[in-house]
Amino acid sequence: METTAAVRGQGITKCFGDVVALDNVDLDVARGQIHGLVGPNGAGKTTLLGLLLGLAVADEGRLEILGTPVGRALAAPDGIAGFVDGPGLYPSLTARGNLTALAGLRSRDVRAAGVDEALEQVGLTEVADDKVRGFSLGMRQRLGLAAALLTKPRLLILDEPSNGLDPAGKKHVHGVLNRLAAEGATVVLSSHRMDDLEALCSEVTILATGRVVFSGPLAKLSAENRELDYRVRTPDPRAARRTAQGTPGVTVVEPSGTGMRQDPEVVVVRALVPALDELVVRLVRDGVAVRELAPVVSPLEAAFLALTEQPEQERAHQPERTKEQAAS
Amino acid sequence: MTATLDQTPVAAEPAPARPVAVSRAYRFELVKLFSPWRVRLLVLACLLGPGVAVFGIKQQSTLPSDTLFGRWAHASGWAGPLVTLGFAGTWALPLLTSLVAGDVFAAEDRLGTWRHLLVAVRSPRRIFAAKALASVTVILLLVVALAASGVAGGLLAVGNKTLIGLDGHPLSGGDAAGKVLLAWACVVAPTLALAAIGLLGSVALGRSPMGLLLPVVAALAMQLAQMLPLPVPVRLALPGYAFIAWNGLFTDPQQLSPLLIGIAVSLVWAVVATVLAYLLFLRRDFTNLTVDNAGRRVLTLGVAPLAALFAVTVGVVAAASGTTGSGITQEKLQSSLAVEFAHLYRLQEQELHRPPVTEAQLHTTAACNKGDGLAAPDGPGNDWRCTVTWHVPGVAITGSAVYQLDVTANGRYIADGDGPKEVNGYFLLHTPDGDAPNPLWQFDGNVDLLPSH
Repeated sequence: METTAAVRGQGITKCFGDVVALDNVDLDVARGQIHGLVGPNGAGKTTLLGLLLGLAVADEGRLEILGTPVGRALAAPDGIAGFVDGPGLYPSLTARGNLTALAGLRSRDVRAAGVDEALEQVGLTEVADDKVRGFSLGMRQRLGLAAALLTKPRLLILDEPSNGLDPAGKKHVHGVLNRLAAEGATVVLSSHRMDDLEALCSEVTILATGRVVFSGPLAKLSAENRELDYRVRTPDPRAARRTAQGTPGVTVVEPSGTGMRQDPEVVVVRALVPALDELVVRLVRDGVAVRELAPVVSPLEAAFLALTEQPEQERAHQPERTKEQAAS
Repeated sequence: MTATLDQTPVAAEPAPARPVAVSRAYRFELVKLFSPWRVRLLVLACLLGPGVAVFGIKQQSTLPSDTLFGRWAHASGWAGPLVTLGFAGTWALPLLTSLVAGDVFAAEDRLGTWRHLLVAVRSPRRIFAAKALASVTVILLLVVALAASGVAGGLLAVGNKTLIGLDGHPLSGGDAAGKVLLAWACVVAPTLALAAIGLLGSVALGRSPMGLLLPVVAALAMQLAQMLPLPVPVRLALPGYAFIAWNGLFTDPQQLSPLLIGIAVSLVWAVVATVLAYLLFLRRDFTNLTVDNAGRRVLTLGVAPLAALFAVTVGVVAAASGTTGSGITQEKLQSSLAVEFAHLYRLQEQELHRPPVTEAQLHTTAACNKGDGLAAPDGPGNDWRCTVTWHVPGVAITGSAVYQLDVTANGRYIADGDGPKEVNGYFLLHTPDGDAPNPLWQFDGNVDLLPSH
């Protein structure tokens, strides 16, 4: 049985001049896991992904990738693929041309490299011979993923892979990532799309101003969270509101305060999970039909906002952490 | 029953990072370089352009006499590729190196593909080697295309005929072919120097248009410098000198010293600029493209070392050649003009269907002064006036003819006949290939800038 972590980082620090991009970051990603990396802009996600891809080396700390310690040289072990800041594609080549040229770097037999299979997996077979110049952002993202698949990666690093994807593209990408994880590969991806992360990731790491503010399973993140706002859609909002007001631990919130659009059939309540369970029981007992019950913002998003709110405010006053501040 | 071990790639232990072989990265770079229509169009233009131009010159009544060998473009098919070479050294090659070497690194900046490339190849060193080799390959291909097109155009339009050298001596078709190909081979050195400057600009300045234009700017600056009355060591220390020094191949004896020095200087520049580009490239941080202290690095690793190289080269050339002046002296000019006049006089006699004479019989001499004797008789200028005298064979008469000379700072001159008109005036001579202007009317010559030992 494979016990070694795919990624094990301890006390990773990376500075650019006086700016501390990563400050004493610990990261553990188990093999076969899809791990999400979340954080506000400038939190250090791209820097961390760059370290994993071997594009840079940490100034301090230890990093072990696929069981191999990463030294001071700019290189990562074989079996790592992916992209940061969007996929690197050559617009004057076709989709197939991009992949064939890339496959030619590693393999003498380009046909055996699985270019067509990779294109099929990401749903780009029909546009395989079109120049990438005319591709949409979503198509480029899928082609970037196909390029990464060519190397049959054991660790796949993806920066915002869902950017620009339509529902069909999203389905392809999710399918590929889930299949890779099922086959034992590890995926580390960053995204601002909380729904994607919740759908794909078993664990997440939240970064803020270069520091880890949370790392662990999504379920733990929800449990650690504060009260959430929930949307209750019902044909009898007046009765539902009355029941909610009578339920301990449940507060009725005006939809305008949540940023939602006004909807006469929706009642918004704020509660912890146990209180919410009690509300459902009471609504059923009172004969109030419930058509929908869902969080106004996802638990991950709520946790993200809660955990990164403070540092964001700090950042507004002090945009870049310096080495001296990091040391203190 | 047979038990099999599930050997999925996931279960395998990771191997240490294996960079991609340079040969494969080189092929990858070639695929990328040839994929835009721009480069394919350039190759096509280089394959067709010179040939069509030489053909066009043949169809016209006027000659491109302001270009070296242009006045022989109707007489010999080997003049065409030399006219092309003159144009290529001035415009085409700097432009082509700009578009290829000046863009080979900058293109990755423009497309945002650096990180992708580094992950794919896993070695900045090999990326640099592959890019440098690929761009040099394309540039050499373009040079070969220009040369082949010029030669093909010249031979098809005019034919494999005798070419008149820069000292008036005739070069048979075979000799001319060898020298023309050698002249084209010689400009590979300064082209490589420009390509290396292009690589340096492309690495240092990224997507900035200056990075792309650096070889053109450098070439124009060097051409401008060659037009100024600079001392010979400064002139020869410029890596673009070999673009004009090939004309020394077309005299007898050949003026090889300036050419060899020019080639050596170009190759040193090519190596130094490439090494500087390499060092700059390795110091680049690809994880944080926003952190940019490239300006300081360009100065310390680009401009300053090249300026130092230039200064050192000037010193070495000055010490080795023992000259610090313009290299154009009264004595050299008189000797060059006398020799060329004698050669062309023989040609004129031949075209006039007169009995053949030899240079030895003519005993040609020339006396030149500058500014009607009021200026110091050295250096470039259009105020040189020379009187050529010779013995007419079989007659106890000494002939004389006057020429007005326009001598440029690089040693090239145009001699314009100023009488008597029967000798050096404009008239047409009937040659087997058609009418041709009197060869003694106007002709190009060349002075060796270095002292002759």
